[in-house]
Amino acid sequence: MQLTLEFGGGLELLCESVKVHNVNVDLPKGAEKLTMRDLLSWVRTNLIKERPEMFMKGESVRPGVLVLVNDCDWELSGQLDTTLEEKDVVVFISTLHGG
Amino acid sequence: MDEIVKMIGLKNNCTFCGVFRRQALDRGAALLKVDKVATGHNADDIAETVLLNILRGDIARLSRCTSITTGEDGPIPRCKPFKYTYEKEIVMYAYFKKLDYFSTECIYSPNAYRGFAREFIKDLERIRPRAILDIIKSGENFRISTSTKMPEQGTCERCGYISSQKWCKACVLLEGLNRGLPKLGIGRSRGLNSDVKKDIKQGGGTESIESKQCGSLDF
Repeated sequence: MQLTLEFGGGLELLCESVKVHNVNVDLPKGAEKLTMRDLLSWVRTNLIKERPEMFMKGESVRPGVLVLVNDCDWELSGQLDTTLEEKDVVVFISTLHGG
Repeated sequence: MDEIVKMIGLKNNCTFCGVFRRQALDRGAALLKVDKVATGHNADDIAETVLLNILRGDIARLSRCTSITTGEDGPIPRCKPFKYTYEKEIVMYAYFKKLDYFSTECIYSPNAYRGFAREFIKDLERIRPRAILDIIKSGENFRISTSTKMPEQGTCERCGYISSQKWCKACVLLEGLNRGLPKLGIGRSRGLNSDVKKDIKQGGGTESIESKQCGSLDF
């Protein structure tokens, strides 16, 4: 499945400073649909090159990281259970910064 | 800050940075002859500060930190227009409006105590998002017992800036840095520090350089 992933708010530093990634993600074996849960573990394995604890905590993203699926907050579409379609755009923005 | 950290190590960085930056902001504002200073503190920041002050037992700051304006009887009042705005809302707004914004994180912040309060608040927000506003509301509702001793506002003997002690915190910290005493002004006073008294000449008057502990919360 073709997806566009964007990282902002400083998260791009975890992926070698690349903000936009056009990726091809395979569905897990036997699954009919791709969920955000699957995508997150895919991202952790394939895109996050350093300090994974800044991106994820347990199964989900670290608290303080905003997730937008097609410009819509994922809390409205079921968070980890959100299903993804071809050509979807997923944006991860960290809200933790400053001092 | 890098030079300061070389001298003081990786602890208490926030004390130096915060104190110096705040004074720089105030002095800059005075030079420009502005009427008000508005800072971008958001709801998450205020909630963290309330928690932090409770954890540290800092009554004086606890009573002031939830005020949306401070220093109204001073030359330049300060306000926090975003006091009730969640950080998440601000980030989403900036994203959708395609605003330029900096997201650099302070490189010394991982060691900061505030980080623990922040982590806790973020976990709370995930479970019950209203918690942040509720913490601020609780902070606003604290009342300090009238028998509690509070620091009085005066002026610094060395530079004239507002201060509750004989010397303002910035002067104390600066003195420490210049004399190679990185711990000056840090930590709680444990009685009279005779080394310090010897060093600081007459007029420095430091029975305790740090702010005094102020008694208990009563509500």
